[in-house]
Amino acid sequence: MKRTEILVWSAAALGVALLAWLPQWLQSDYVLSLLISTLMYGVLATAWALFSGPTRYVSLATVAFFGVGAYTTAVLSEVLPWAGVLAVALVLGVLMALVVGLATLRLSGVYFVIFSFGLAELTKQLVTWYEVNVTKEIGRYVFVDITQQHIYWQLLALLALVLGLRAAIGRTRLGLALRVIGEDETVAVHVGINTTVVKVLLFTLSSAFITLAGAIMAPRWTYIDPSIAFAPVISFQTLIMALLGGAGALFGPLLGAVPLVLLFEYLSASFPNHFSILLGLVFMVIVYLVPNGLVGLLRRKGGRP
Amino acid sequence: MNFLDVLLAGATLGGLYGLVAMGLTLQYGVARIMNLSYGEFLIAPAFLAHVLFTQWGMSPLWVLVLALPLGFAVQWLVYRWLLTPLVRRTGAGPQLEVDSILATFGLLFVVQGLMLVQFGGNYFSYDYLSVPVDILGSTVAANRLLVLVFALAIGGGLYLLLTRTRAGTVVRAVSVAPRFAPLVGIDVRHTAALAFGLGGALVATSGVLVSMFLPFTASMGTMFAMKALIVVIMGGVGNLMGCLVAGMLLGFAETLVASFVDPGLTLAVNFGLFLLVLLFRPTGLFGKAAR
Repeated sequence: MKRTEILVWSAAALGVALLAWLPQWLQSDYVLSLLISTLMYGVLATAWALFSGPTRYVSLATVAFFGVGAYTTAVLSEVLPWAGVLAVALVLGVLMALVVGLATLRLSGVYFVIFSFGLAELTKQLVTWYEVNVTKEIGRYVFVDITQQHIYWQLLALLALVLGLRAAIGRTRLGLALRVIGEDETVAVHVGINTTVVKVLLFTLSSAFITLAGAIMAPRWTYIDPSIAFAPVISFQTLIMALLGGAGALFGPLLGAVPLVLLFEYLSASFPNHFSILLGLVFMVIVYLVPNGLVGLLRRKGGRP
Repeated sequence: MNFLDVLLAGATLGGLYGLVAMGLTLQYGVARIMNLSYGEFLIAPAFLAHVLFTQWGMSPLWVLVLALPLGFAVQWLVYRWLLTPLVRRTGAGPQLEVDSILATFGLLFVVQGLMLVQFGGNYFSYDYLSVPVDILGSTVAANRLLVLVFALAIGGGLYLLLTRTRAGTVVRAVSVAPRFAPLVGIDVRHTAALAFGLGGALVATSGVLVSMFLPFTASMGTMFAMKALIVVIMGGVGNLMGCLVAGMLLGFAETLVASFVDPGLTLAVNFGLFLLVLLFRPTGLFGKAAR
């Protein structure tokens, strides 16, 4: 490692430590819950961009994995210790991502988009079907011994992990392969990259993080039913945040998550009935006006192409 | 449920799916835009039919006549105003696919939000021609038969329009070779807008038909869009007959599972079929699509 790199990594470690210390002197529960939302969407958007940023495959399935994670906690939290719950959620997320990835990522991107578009609805209906027919009731209570602070710390650790992983991948052959796939998939095949393996691997990694985030967030709600755990709005907001910041850059998704969590918090409190209209409008404004994200905008201002 | 019941119910649902998917395959095959907000423009006319029928006593058949040009105009404008800037910005390159998916995804939330504000999240339906009709010992509601007849007539009519007329040939030419069509004097962007509008007319018609025999909600559009997408891929992009056949297949599969296994599993069946097609025939059942 070069000296600058050591500096960067230690600065990052210091930043995480400072953030971890934050809830100790925070008095307000409201601020803490805002911080948790920011961290949650920070994790989701960064994990989304881990796969979709370099490959440019648009995944609309974030909430499918998030919901599976949340439901794992709801079902197993009384039987298993917390680490066990997270492990099961991780395994489920990885399995689901492998099935979806292997079926759709061998083909061109459109199939993947269509499949991911419906995946959330499919998992929601399957979970509903299971609850109605097997357990005979819809909706579950999550009673675990986990406070808001614990959720905050776990999400922070997850965020540090996903950011660190993404930074590390960028330096390896895998990262290079990903960039080639994003630029031109035909070229990637011709220089001998096994594009399917690379794409499935990255999609699985990204989905694993999203599933874990869902499992960690579940105790915050205390009550869960399929329409809460699989709310399409979560996929949608994750997508907007990653796009606003710029999915290609390491800190882009985080940059998009912070202002938008605050904006959506304000919008959903002030216009609860018109929230989804406003959400759609914000989204379209971003697609039309900031196509390369804030990072792209900053780079252009800075004189770099 | 006997065999004939399943056959009739499956055919009605299948004909409807085929019709919905035909509009989408026109939009995606010709304009090269994956319209995720497609289902919303099916539910909106369904609400229109509901309002006009229950409040003004207008026959749904007249709404159907009204919905055809209205649907065309709305989607034509969506293409002209919302999507043409994206086509220009990306030069119709690969980035267009991503950008148009995102833009129509945003539009989905706007339109769905408007309908939720206006009508709420409840199920809507009205009573039109729900008299039982006896066919070979099996009873069907007359409105279902009507839907089947209309779906087949409109689908068949469109097929003839596209294969037998000059305008239809132009549309198909753009679908097959968008880069070479200008060489023979075809205005690609104009044709794409036309195809987009035609898709809109079809989906608006389907919406009115849906309102005649199925209860619907404001948030149901995504599911119709998804089923249409699955049918389009199964039939092969741009293949109209493939759409009808694949739609029928999906309709029968759903009806069989709903009546003999469990109605809660219909979507799982859709996806199961979709997965099988992706694994074994990724270019569609009839193997014609190039992408």
